Amino acid sequence: MSNTPNIQTIFFYILTKGLFATLALTALGLLIGFAIGLLLALMRVYGPTEIGWFASGYEKLFRGIPVLVLIFIFSFGIPGLFSYLEPLERPIAGVILALGLRSGAYQSQIFRGAILSVNPGQMEAARAIGMNGFQSFRHIVFPQAIRLAVPSWSNEYAVVIKDSSFAYGVGIIEMTRVAFDIAANFPLLMPLSMAIVAIIYLIFTYPVTKLFGERQTKKLKDFGMGGG
Amino acid sequence: MDKNVLNVVNVWKAYDELEVLKGISFELAKREVKVIFGPSGSGKSTLLRCINMLTPPDKGEIYLSGQNLTAPGVDLNAMRAKIGMVFQHFNLFSHLKAIDNVSVGLRRVKGFKKEEARAKALDALHQVKMTEWAEHYPAQLSGGQQQRVGIARALAMKPDLILFDEPTSALDPELIGEVLQVMLDLAKAGTTMVVVTHEMGFARAVASEMIFIDQGVVVERGTAEHFFVSPESERVKHFLRQINILYGHHEELLKEINED
Repeated sequence: MSNTPNIQTIFFYILTKGLFATLALTALGLLIGFAIGLLLALMRVYGPTEIGWFASGYEKLFRGIPVLVLIFIFSFGIPGLFSYLEPLERPIAGVILALGLRSGAYQSQIFRGAILSVNPGQMEAARAIGMNGFQSFRHIVFPQAIRLAVPSWSNEYAVVIKDSSFAYGVGIIEMTRVAFDIAANFPLLMPLSMAIVAIIYLIFTYPVTKLFGERQTKKLKDFGMGGG
Repeated sequence: MDKNVLNVVNVWKAYDELEVLKGISFELAKREVKVIFGPSGSGKSTLLRCINMLTPPDKGEIYLSGQNLTAPGVDLNAMRAKIGMVFQHFNLFSHLKAIDNVSVGLRRVKGFKKEEARAKALDALHQVKMTEWAEHYPAQLSGGQQQRVGIARALAMKPDLILFDEPTSALDPELIGEVLQVMLDLAKAGTTMVVVTHEMGFARAVASEMIFIDQGVVVERGTAEHFFVSPESERVKHFLRQINILYGHHEELLKEINED
């Protein structure tokens, strides 16, 4: 990068050096968030009151703390948290955990709403043919709830991919970091570099959520399950 | 008692302060069709839900082929698999095709392999004349077709009896006939049924006994003949007059069906 890079080079550079990390942080964060969110939703919908309080407390806690603060806490704030990892890997694990724990608090709301939107008659009919509670959820309620959740869930994906840029704060080389490094080497390119990384984030958010949202809403209509 | 498929003994149920069922008893022999009717809010639906323990009664006992469902430690899932239920609003599983609505219980509850469950489900769909709609989702079917799939879903489990909770009252008038036809066929084939309905033509055609329930108690019971010729209680007479105004036009329809 000794010569001043042109637009294509900046695009190429951000994509090759940063895209994979951004997508990996996002995917793992969403995955952890999915597991936590589904569990919390189940606790709130089907669990006894006390368990519901716990879930609701978790949501309040992780929705009330800025994601950058969470990232610092889980990357450096808890000594020995990821002591079995190489020092350079610890912030990566910290970011994934922070994104996941926080996304779980939001995904919980998504799944809770989706489960509650499934007509109670579905559970009743399942129990009436002899399914136990777990089977009724697994085979009847859950498949419908997941479909109902897709539009909001694709929104959550957009939130997490954007929040993954906070990984910059603990030195992880993802798209934002790459864009900033270009600007650091060629200060005049700061506006261009930031514009390009902004466009890349946009490409990975808006069309995806729009596509998922619209396709799923149409599908739900075909199922007669209302729209998301 | 053991020779009966179902014994309902002094069943009570209250929702908070509201007493819905106040000591209901009746019995049902194999191949019998029992029609339960009465004004809305009289506890008919609650009674059906007590029978399969979706709503366990507060007091009283339910015996299925002599086994007490209200006793502690009973495997209710296994018992419910022996009691079919057809709902007023069909309650078909929205995300499953007609065939899968019928086979899901065979696979998950009865443990049949996929192909075997499918074959049995197709048989059940055939019984309700819905074979050609097997690959359609509920939202693609008319109300009458959905209810026939609902009946097939119950039939496929080969239950000891089937409970019908106002199976035609959510249907447009022109769709009622096809569902009643299926129910008549089942009754004539010897299916044991408890039917909550206001379709008096259906009751007259196949009911072994009719039970009039009002405000949570059995007011009067007897054959269809008894109710239409010489009902005793004023409440029954009044109710039948009203029903006749509302539902009278189906009598003609059923006459036609019966003559086929």
